Amino acid sequence: MGKTLFEKIWKTHAVKEFTDGSTMLYIDRHLVHEVTSPQAFEGLRIAGRKVRRPDLTFATMDHNVPTTADRMTIEDPISRAQVEALEKNTIEFDVPLFGLGHPRQGIVHVIGPELGLTLPGLTMVCGDSHTSTHGAFGALAFGIGTSEVEHVLVTQTLVQSKPKTCRVEFTGRPGPGVFSKDMILKLIGTIGTAGATGYVLEYGGQAIRSLSMEARMSVCNMSIEAGARAGMIAPDDRTFEYIASGQRPYAPRNRQLDRAIAYWKILPSDADARFDRVITIDTNGLAPQVTWGTNPGMVIDIDMPVPGGEQAGGYSRTDAEKALDYMGLTPGTRMTDVAVDVVFIGSCTNSRIEDLRLAADILKGRRKADHVDLLVVPGSHEVREQAIAEGLDKIFEAAGAQWRFAGCSMCLAMNPDQLRPEQRCASTSNRNFEGRQGRGGRTHLVSPQMAAAAAVAGKFVDIRKWQV
Amino acid sequence: MESFTTHTGIVATLDRSNVDTDQIIPKQFLKSILRVGYGPSAFFDWRYDREGNPLPDFELNSPRFQGRSILVTGNNFGCGSSREHAVWALLQDGYRAVIAPFKMRNDERIPGFADIFKSNAVKNGLLTIELSETAVSRIVSLVADVDKLQATIDLPGQRITIHAAEPVAFSFDIDGASKDRLINGLDDIAVSLKYEIDIRRFEEQYDLFLSPQA
Repeated sequence: MGKTLFEKIWKTHAVKEFTDGSTMLYIDRHLVHEVTSPQAFEGLRIAGRKVRRPDLTFATMDHNVPTTADRMTIEDPISRAQVEALEKNTIEFDVPLFGLGHPRQGIVHVIGPELGLTLPGLTMVCGDSHTSTHGAFGALAFGIGTSEVEHVLVTQTLVQSKPKTCRVEFTGRPGPGVFSKDMILKLIGTIGTAGATGYVLEYGGQAIRSLSMEARMSVCNMSIEAGARAGMIAPDDRTFEYIASGQRPYAPRNRQLDRAIAYWKILPSDADARFDRVITIDTNGLAPQVTWGTNPGMVIDIDMPVPGGEQAGGYSRTDAEKALDYMGLTPGTRMTDVAVDVVFIGSCTNSRIEDLRLAADILKGRRKADHVDLLVVPGSHEVREQAIAEGLDKIFEAAGAQWRFAGCSMCLAMNPDQLRPEQRCASTSNRNFEGRQGRGGRTHLVSPQMAAAAAVAGKFVDIRKWQV
Repeated sequence: MESFTTHTGIVATLDRSNVDTDQIIPKQFLKSILRVGYGPSAFFDWRYDREGNPLPDFELNSPRFQGRSILVTGNNFGCGSSREHAVWALLQDGYRAVIAPFKMRNDERIPGFADIFKSNAVKNGLLTIELSETAVSRIVSLVADVDKLQATIDLPGQRITIHAAEPVAFSFDIDGASKDRLINGLDDIAVSLKYEIDIRRFEEQYDLFLSPQA
């Protein structure tokens, strides 16, 4: 019987299989950021251990960093200490660092692919749940905790139990104004935030094949929001083109690239491969999605009313009521009648050049509503430079946006970019948890075009009815 | 790591599903470079008002649960961010075990705990126990009747006994690897380093054509 993409990668990386069913997996790339690594490096120091493969370990700063022009001076002393700890640790353990001010600095899941670190067929980990992003290239990539970060630093391996496999087939063709963000939100709404726990998802179907690499990354990025260990998309010509283009210093070149592509072509799941589960989502007629509650599974079509207790599918009355109470919404309200105070365009989900172009298409020649704060935060310094080269920065500034430097910013609000209590935000990020963007803040997850349009209208709009 | 064999303690209930790690430990506490000091910040936004006073309406602040060490909560506990700080915060706030229900949805078993949280927990000696929804509801109603109700968890015997007027016991499943690790308080890295020769052999035969080029 044939094998899935996941099984092929798992098998080629198995160092040792144990009798309890777990496997020691070799790790090809270990990405590191400032928040989940200091305790791991400290563990190495205490035990007198070294980083086994500093040549496979890469660090950046993204969570804590300010995104304003004066970002080089971090005012918060605790944030500064954490950033400095990473500098010190990467020097001591000889790990390459794309630090604040480096031309390739950015959100870890944005710079991995840009640098050519993310490749098909690899195992990749990072102390960050959105590591699933890199699965868009046909890599097995997943988030780990700090103890596992330390384990990988020391051994370049992880001991894992084998997850089950699930094929997610996106059939049909989404209409105008509907994007990959809407596809993944629809999936999470359908199966719930724990609907894929214990699984690795492989996304396929016509609607996935026609997506750009950037759009595929947005899908894989949010796999964790359905509880999945990882999300993957089989590599194809579009994947190879991305890797061969641009300034990707760590990617294979010339004959190495030819050899790599020949290998990558045998990676996709075999026609007779069996998945433990199959889910089909039809994208024909799919509406733009918007979350109404306090987890990404609490999501509806933009033209639907806010659900009440009984209609909040899959949630208990208490959970639905708590969510609505926190969000300051009442059942029956049309989402298109809900005003926003802040619009955040950024995060490892939607801060790549294509996302910024889509937002700029809406903002060109328009201006944000007076009461709205609009923040556009590129995912990397490279994205920022590219956007400037295309004149997007001018469009954003003319629209009244704050055009920032790269970082995680208001996705998790560890830096000064935060919502105030009860502020309502249309956000292109990945989590609408309570307090995620600032204590008391109310987050609605949407696509970049939906966010940009909300900034102009001062409320949510159905982008399909918008005149571009 | 502290080992876990048996534990007797007071049971507290938190009647919410999908409790994410942002709630267990909010982002501002992730700036620390230490492994300690997180306990008082567990469930921070639910636990304290903006001046830092305990909120009386938050279940876990109830005097009925004072001294609690076993948390009973809803499905999909620990979802979201991979932050291990969530596990550190719970342990440092006095919890030794968390109990959550698995549930069935369209014939799919939805686990009680999110994947990364569960993995982080076992590495730090925090026991996660999955029970049926019926068993969890039963425990919740027993706890509702008696202040500071105690329970005993017997990990080798895979059994939890609620010390109600009439004791009620439930057996639970746990994978062998996690059980072994918890009972023996094993250090994962030390265990893996015993296979250093296997790692080296793997690296020697591993085709490096996909190595970073620069």
